[in-house]
Amino acid sequence: MIVKTMADFFAEGKQPEILFWVGSAGSYDDRAKKITKAFVKILNQANVDFAVLGTEESSTGDAAKRAGNEFLFQMQAMMNIEVLNGYEVKKIVTCDPHSFNTLKNEYPSLGGKYEVFHHTQFIQNLITEGRLKINDATLKGKRITFHDPCYLGRANDIYESPRDIIKRLGVNLTEMKRSKETALCCGAGGAQMFKEPEKGDKDINVLRTEDALATKPNVIATGCPYCNTMMTDGIKFKEKEAEVEVKDIAELIAEANKL
Amino acid sequence: MQYLPNIFFALALATGIGFFTMNIRKLSRNIKLGKDVNRKDRKSERFKNMIMIALGQSKMVKRPFSGFLHIVVYVGFIIINIEVLEIIIDGLFGTHRIFQGVLGNNLYGFLIGTFEVLAALVFVSVIIFWLRRNVSNIKRFLSKEMKGWPKNDGNNILYFEMVLMTLFLVMNATDTPFQEASVGNPISQFLAPLFNGFSTEVLHLIERTSWWIHILGILIFLNYLYYSKHLHILLAFPNTYFANLNPKGQFTNLESVTNEVKLMMDPSADPYATLETGAEDEVPEKFGASDVTDLNWVQLLNAYTCTECGRCTSSCPANLTGKELSPRKIMMDTRDRLEEVGRNIDKNGGKFVDDGKQLLNDYIKPEELWACTSCNACVEECPVNIDPLSIIMDMRRYLVMEESAAPQELNMMMTNVENNGAMWQYSQQDRLNWAKEE
Repeated sequence: MIVKTMADFFAEGKQPEILFWVGSAGSYDDRAKKITKAFVKILNQANVDFAVLGTEESSTGDAAKRAGNEFLFQMQAMMNIEVLNGYEVKKIVTCDPHSFNTLKNEYPSLGGKYEVFHHTQFIQNLITEGRLKINDATLKGKRITFHDPCYLGRANDIYESPRDIIKRLGVNLTEMKRSKETALCCGAGGAQMFKEPEKGDKDINVLRTEDALATKPNVIATGCPYCNTMMTDGIKFKEKEAEVEVKDIAELIAEANKL
Repeated sequence: MQYLPNIFFALALATGIGFFTMNIRKLSRNIKLGKDVNRKDRKSERFKNMIMIALGQSKMVKRPFSGFLHIVVYVGFIIINIEVLEIIIDGLFGTHRIFQGVLGNNLYGFLIGTFEVLAALVFVSVIIFWLRRNVSNIKRFLSKEMKGWPKNDGNNILYFEMVLMTLFLVMNATDTPFQEASVGNPISQFLAPLFNGFSTEVLHLIERTSWWIHILGILIFLNYLYYSKHLHILLAFPNTYFANLNPKGQFTNLESVTNEVKLMMDPSADPYATLETGAEDEVPEKFGASDVTDLNWVQLLNAYTCTECGRCTSSCPANLTGKELSPRKIMMDTRDRLEEVGRNIDKNGGKFVDDGKQLLNDYIKPEELWACTSCNACVEECPVNIDPLSIIMDMRRYLVMEESAAPQELNMMMTNVENNGAMWQYSQQDRLNWAKEE
């Protein structure tokens, strides 16, 4: 897979249309890397001239900030802003709602002002601009439920972009009893991803998986690498991995368009 | 002697309102113990929020059953209080139903009739509320933090309302001329027969007693507010006005940290530079919050506004899975501690004297704070836009930046971010390896 970096573009004296912020999960986590690759295939199919930062990208500092380490967050932010501003980046897209949220909302006051898109928003734009067509035959008839990532939904009020895309896949979109504003967290947010949960009587991802399974889905769709991990673990816990898949919206499109 | 009731009334009114004003001053002083935060911008958006959310109850009806009952009680409360105006004039000047003459029988009858219908609806709603709190197994009313005073407080408010509504209707039912005029008694006409056997004098006595207990009850209720969760009937308005307007996912960037980070990252900064004159004496700003005075005034206003409905807690993923965290408890603890600090100031002649206690540990345990997923469900749910998450985050900041007291796994995660720019132990040089893999 050929992916150009900002340094490559810079060497050619060119600017890409958009920077793809891969994020730490998307770069290193085996499951999340599949989402990254699916999104790259979509960008290529739609002929989007994009670049990544590659080895110049570093953690946004989001997890550190939610854990309470404002120092570390701002150090990361300022380092990243220096790189981004150095390349005169204007537009950023990312598959990670946490990166999306912090780049969009928390970087500006530190000197990093960009137009930031979550990949579901960007894909929706590609479709409405006629740059991307979705094959609605491949997945026809599947039952899909969408789990709202907190940092996309409540945190930024984006509920419709992912749903709009799912509807175009020719599938049956079913809603969980808790969805959109009232969606239940997968349990990973606020740096919980990196620690054991506090003592309780259940794991949050199991409770959320039960919400999803109640809709009898073939696929649980989401738009966040961390939600993906949590829901996948939940499905394994419920021993439903033979019947139910957890997929990112980018992966569903790649599958539908046979990329 | 004939002016004795008037004088007594004026004294009761002045005492009731005076005592209330004194307590509101105290409340305002306590809120101002918080740090400054600018919430004076974007006035039209703020005003719109207040109209929609506080006045229009738009978030209450997200849960339709309790939302509808709440609107009945709320509308009833506001409209029936118009009657209090007449009661005050009557009480001060010794008149009786002064508006009847002013407005004429028809309009007056229509008004009082509306009040009576509302009073009956409020009464029924309040009974249902009582049943929900005391008989139905509604989980959010049975949480740990709702034992003792909070439970009694909730019930007291309902008893107050039951008694006040009953007195209002009895007062009308036993007012013989009012019943004889038969305008504006759609409910009390059915209560009047209960008093059929009584003599005119006794009826008059019951009517007067109801009238007096009703107005004294209102004054007592007014003063009960300050000690109760019921303050929301007043504070919901400023609270929704001053609420955060930014996206919920946007957490504040601590300015004190920005200054230090900029200095650290500035290659031309002189690390041996002497501090500006006078700066040596300044206490360095504390990062995050360990006590109520480290929070901002909006967070403290939030604490006084909270009416402990528990919608936040009932939607909190940590609480739903049996963890210690309850966003409602975070708000209740903040208020309890703030009131403790306030009493300390009162006792010590206007100055806070260290009592060896703070919000952290003495009220809120780190275990509660670390259970939060920062999902914003509590913030979304709150019918009056209280933000428990911001308090949780400020306290985490204190734990991490002042006490280095993060859970071990989070320390490892943060070390990785510091060393190799990722939450896991992967080299930054491998960031683009995914593109080479198939």
